Amino acid sequence: MTTATATSHDDHHHGPEKGIMRWVKTTNHKDIGTLYLWFAFAMLLVGGAMAMGIRMELLQPGMQVMDPHFFNQLTTMHGLIMVFGAIMPAMVGLGNWLIPMMVGAPDMALPRMNNWSFWILPFAGGILMSTFFMDGGAPAFGWTFYAPLSTTFAPDSTDFFIFAVHLLGFSSIMGAINIIATVINMRAPEMKLMDMPLFVWTWLITSFLLIGAMPVLAGAVTMMLTDRNFGTAFFDATGGGDPVMFQHIFWFFGHPEVYIMILPAFGIISHIIPTFSRKPLFGYSSMVYATASIAFLSYIVWAHHMFLTGMPVAGELYFMYATMMIAVPTGVKVFNWVSTMWKGSMTFETPMLWALSFVILFTIGGFSGLMLGIAPADIQYHDTYFVVAHFHYVLVTGALWAIIAATLYWLPKWTGKMYNESLAKVHFWWAVISVNVLFFPQHFLGLAGMPRRIPDYSLQFADFNLISSLGGFAFGASFILLAYIVVDCIRNGKPVDARPWDGAKGLEWTLSAKADYHTFNTPPSRELIENESQHS
Amino acid sequence: MKRLTALLSALIATLSTRAFAEYGLNMTEGVTSVSRDIYDLHMVIFWVCVAIAVVVFGAMFYSIFAHRKSIGHKAANFHENTKAEFLWTGVPILILIAMAIPASKVLIDLEDTSKAEMTVKITGHQWKWQYDYPEEGISFISNLAQTSKDAINDNNKPENYLLEVDKPLVLPVDTSIRFLVTSSDVIHDWWVPDLGVKQDGNPGFINDAWAQIDEIGVYRGQCAELCGKDHGFMPIVVDVRSKEDYKTWVAEQQSAKAAAVASATKTWSEDELMAQGENVYNTSCAACHKKDGSGMVPVFPAMKGSKVANGAASDHINIVLHGKGGMPAFKMLGDADLASVMTYERKAFGNTGSVIQPSDVKSAR
Amino acid sequence: MSAQEYYIPNGTYWPIVGSVGVSTLFVGFANQMHGASWGGSVMAIGFAILVFMMFGWFGQVVNESVNGNYNNQVDRSFRWGMSWFIFSEVMFFAAFFGALFYARQLSVPWLGGADNNLFTPELWNGFSATWQQVAMNTPAAISQAGMEYSVPVKLVDTWGLPALNTLLLLLSGVTLTFAHHALREGKRNQIVGWLVATIVLGVLFLGFQIAEYGHAYHDGLKLTSGIYGSTFYMLTGFHGFHVTVGAIMLTVILYRVQKGHFSADSHFGFEGVAWYWHFVDVVWLGLFVFVYWV
Ligand code: HEA
Ligand code: HEA
Ligand code: HEC
Ligand code: CUA
Ligand SMILES: [Cu+2]
Repeated sequence: MTTATATSHDDHHHGPEKGIMRWVKTTNHKDIGTLYLWFAFAMLLVGGAMAMGIRMELLQPGMQVMDPHFFNQLTTMHGLIMVFGAIMPAMVGLGNWLIPMMVGAPDMALPRMNNWSFWILPFAGGILMSTFFMDGGAPAFGWTFYAPLSTTFAPDSTDFFIFAVHLLGFSSIMGAINIIATVINMRAPEMKLMDMPLFVWTWLITSFLLIGAMPVLAGAVTMMLTDRNFGTAFFDATGGGDPVMFQHIFWFFGHPEVYIMILPAFGIISHIIPTFSRKPLFGYSSMVYATASIAFLSYIVWAHHMFLTGMPVAGELYFMYATMMIAVPTGVKVFNWVSTMWKGSMTFETPMLWALSFVILFTIGGFSGLMLGIAPADIQYHDTYFVVAHFHYVLVTGALWAIIAATLYWLPKWTGKMYNESLAKVHFWWAVISVNVLFFPQHFLGLAGMPRRIPDYSLQFADFNLISSLGGFAFGASFILLAYIVVDCIRNGKPVDARPWDGAKGLEWTLSAKADYHTFNTPPSRELIENESQHS
Repeated sequence: MKRLTALLSALIATLSTRAFAEYGLNMTEGVTSVSRDIYDLHMVIFWVCVAIAVVVFGAMFYSIFAHRKSIGHKAANFHENTKAEFLWTGVPILILIAMAIPASKVLIDLEDTSKAEMTVKITGHQWKWQYDYPEEGISFISNLAQTSKDAINDNNKPENYLLEVDKPLVLPVDTSIRFLVTSSDVIHDWWVPDLGVKQDGNPGFINDAWAQIDEIGVYRGQCAELCGKDHGFMPIVVDVRSKEDYKTWVAEQQSAKAAAVASATKTWSEDELMAQGENVYNTSCAACHKKDGSGMVPVFPAMKGSKVANGAASDHINIVLHGKGGMPAFKMLGDADLASVMTYERKAFGNTGSVIQPSDVKSAR
Repeated sequence: MSAQEYYIPNGTYWPIVGSVGVSTLFVGFANQMHGASWGGSVMAIGFAILVFMMFGWFGQVVNESVNGNYNNQVDRSFRWGMSWFIFSEVMFFAAFFGALFYARQLSVPWLGGADNNLFTPELWNGFSATWQQVAMNTPAAISQAGMEYSVPVKLVDTWGLPALNTLLLLLSGVTLTFAHHALREGKRNQIVGWLVATIVLGVLFLGFQIAEYGHAYHDGLKLTSGIYGSTFYMLTGFHGFHVTVGAIMLTVILYRVQKGHFSADSHFGFEGVAWYWHFVDVVWLGLFVFVYWV
């Protein structure tokens, strides 16, 4: 190793500081990635525990375990925590860990800001959770916080929610800026844009979505704040405003947001499938273009969440057409993945099992999304469990699936050790079966007419809710096993080679088995980059 | 432990109520041209998706099966094929266009409310619906039925648990009806699946939708937009009658209204007011202020010992008529109902306010 | 330092200090709004922590920069960082401009019955949808919101103070560019002169803006004047806030120029602030056209 990495103090050359201060002060992308990932996992358990509460109440008709107001709080906080606390931080954590290694850089471009991006999150989360203990309770207006339920009709704790969203926004924006600067400026000089692995590409494009969308969310909550406290009339028709305007602003953020959660997942899957098919990724450049098209389209389809708000019919037609278009680039991705497998030499280690089930289950979620996008049909689907089924298929068996797949796939690189493969297989089958028992019946519930966000329901919905809840408890329990598998790997895993998957490509696999604290102090050579690129 | 046994026995009870649960796997076809169009569209897209799924997953499973390493399959090394890529960009576009054409037709048709023969105005309130028939001069509130409210914590649920109201919306068959949907507080959404009508009610704006119902019968739906605590408890029941029966019903309503107006001018006894007041309180106010007047402090103030309920009548009338913050305005209720409910609030729960007469409310409007 | 070398900064406490600062600030603010007597003091503490953090953090960066620890790559990272930060600010303003356009072009006409809102006017007695007067008569359907929105008697005159302010800000953009040229030519005295001019213009702008607010308020145009007042004050208010921040940053830059922190070819700090100032300038042009003029 050369000593070409300059640190402003020498004590950082060889490794991390000791003790808790290592984590508080760290500017190391691997440490920060680890912090993000553990934070996300903790939030997954918290948000998941809330989901268990929801499923408990919905186990059977009648109100058994909580009152309706608390149920609404759980639904709202479940959505918020999963989106902002679990999925997004997990993706940022993966990005932190992997992007510098994948582009042959020593670290992120702005390491101190990177630290701040993370260390805002626990504070934002703390403020958000504290609302549970305030008068009037936590936010109970859905994760979409439509005005005027969230303005005129919400308790004082809402203002804390608003500030928590501001903080989450700062964090995401700083994180995105950092990733853009890293990819553009820290990339190994010999690496061209079209040499970059897909996870880097998808994250780069996701960063543009974040920078474009999060400030708009900040604007939306700021308008809420002034409507609530300073007498402005943005969302109040009495003063000439319009509650539906809130929805436009929210979904201008909200729709890109859902792609923020899925694009990095697409990237992850585009690494795992070639590895275990032992074949280069099919259609590398069309993957890049498809990602960019999805990102672009995601900015111009937002009102497909608002087909029933009374938009003029021309608006509905436009948003229906634009929404349907997204199926095309997404389809390109799915077809590319299948073609990558085609005539490969496939093996089915656990990361691959997660990736394969991702392809199937995400596509199912995509299909229901397409159905929702057909405006007249959305009249019957909107705000029912059909929508709930749709977005859990794309979020849980999409985004979360990819996160789990990535964890298992790169765990050997992070720890230098291998997880217990047979336990991981048990966990996979347990999860994949129970998650379908959990969410598939929700399609039927929605079609049969069960609205979402209700704590109690009429008898015709009893059977499927019972099945769904039981599936939910089984799925929830599977995370205990996942936690065990990861901790067991860190503690007792068997040491592995630098490249534990024989089909794997990418600069990260050229590092030592457990990647060193500082890697790529000297940039990788052109030859190495070409050998490890996804399209060679 | 107690809760667990309760849960288990409830579980068994649910399993045995299976007998009257109607099954539903798919969307209803409904009873209007709009709902049938939507259903057809839904089925078309569904089968298209199934077909694509069969092709895509078929190819995937084939290669999982045939291109395994364990059976010794060696990896090929291709990673591009312009023809294939062109095809799988183009074909989906064509499929989508084929879907968009019928979808646009249905959409344009269902947004065109100009051929309506009659109008009903629907106003959402937290958590009940108000129906106005402007041409007939009828107006009433529709609440969740008491039988359902009583059954929430009871294992014996009535047949249409949570889908029953005290006063359904009555409509004539074979008539093109325009629905005007709005709200007085937060956003609600009026949805009856069988009619193929779902429309947000936005405070301050009026949206419209239409339906022509082909079959006499009772159709049920629910509020479909999160509107606060009791969003799950604001059902919709539409009672569709023959044109003659509908006319009779209209006449009945109009004479009942005349009678109510007459009774509001007389002076009521305290007992009469209390008796009617308790009813009105339980249907209209107890959702927030609770049956025993304890409220849900601090969101919903208690009536028990409330400064307003024990204070000047004019303040009380004012807040109930016009609302304040989270407290809805109740001016759509009749003078007698309002006077009685306020008297009830002022005398029940150990309160010591004065009696309010319908004439007081009338002059305060 | 050669181009091949990477620069990795050492660990730092400042971010966590910053997090404590903003959280304290926000918690104080929320409590202040809810009428807690101590809210304001907590806000002040939070703000003080934030200022402390900024001095500390930026001070450290300035030190490292002056000591020559940074190479060109670090400089470029800062540039990318600053440009995308400014872009995120653009999107923040876009939300408010979006609200302005939406209300003006769509929702206010709808309240008056335009498009598919044929029936909406039933809810509003005698309301006519004119943009500047949209604080509305008591509606028939909604009243429990309990908000009273006022109506302005007179609106701000486009060609008075706002036009003057446009001129001032445009001018300040020019003087700042002169300062930049002077910096690149290494003429210290000229830099200081042009910078001072820029700051003076910015402060003048703020002064006139405050005066204009005074007039407007006096004429009944308030934050509570319905959607017109809301968009007017929120847009111009956030802009004014950005001018204030920009002027403070320029002052810091002035100080650093005098300390000799910048050289003809290495002065990212200066340029970042200049970009910010130009961005604030451009936002004003948007405001002038869409808020005051058309
Ligand atoms: C990761 C998150 C994610 C993703 C990827 C998607 C993807 C899509 N979503 Fe989804 N969506 C959500 C998260 C997501 N969604 C959430 C959270 C909500 C609810 C928010 C709330 O109200 O709380 C929601 C709600 C939602 C609605 C509003 C429903 C309603 O409230 O009434 C709509 C309507 O159009 C929609 C559409 C789509 C479409 C068309 C896609 C497309 O991108 C899908 C494209 C994919 C495919 C189509 C499959 C693969 C393609 C092929 C195999 C090619 C061939 C296919 C054809 C030609 C058909 N979504
Ligand atoms: C982003 C990701 C995401 C994820 C991963 C999930 C995961 C799950 N979600 Fe959901 N969900 C949303 C996003 C997500 N969700 C959103 C955005 C909404 C809309 C909210 C709204 O309407 O506003 C929603 C709404 C929603 C509803 C509808 C509520 C309603 O309309 O009233 C339901 C109901 O079944 C549900 C269930 C579940 C379940 C069972 C899981 C399971 O996958 C969870 C699995 C369980 C765990 C991961 C926890 C396991 C933990 C333990 C076993 C340890 C226990 C720990 C302690 C007790 C301390 N979710
Ligand atoms: C949607 C919930 C809701 C319903 C239904 C409701 N109220 Fe209220 N009520 C409130 C809220 C919230 C307040 C507090 C208003 C405030 O002070 O801002 C309130 C306040 C009051 C007060 C003043 C109490 C006090 O001490 O300040 C009275 C009296 C009252 N309501 C009477 C009624 C009557 C009569 C009905 C039924 C006809 C009714 N309410 C139905 C929510 C409701
Ligand atoms: Cu009314 Cu939900
Ligand atoms: Cu969307």
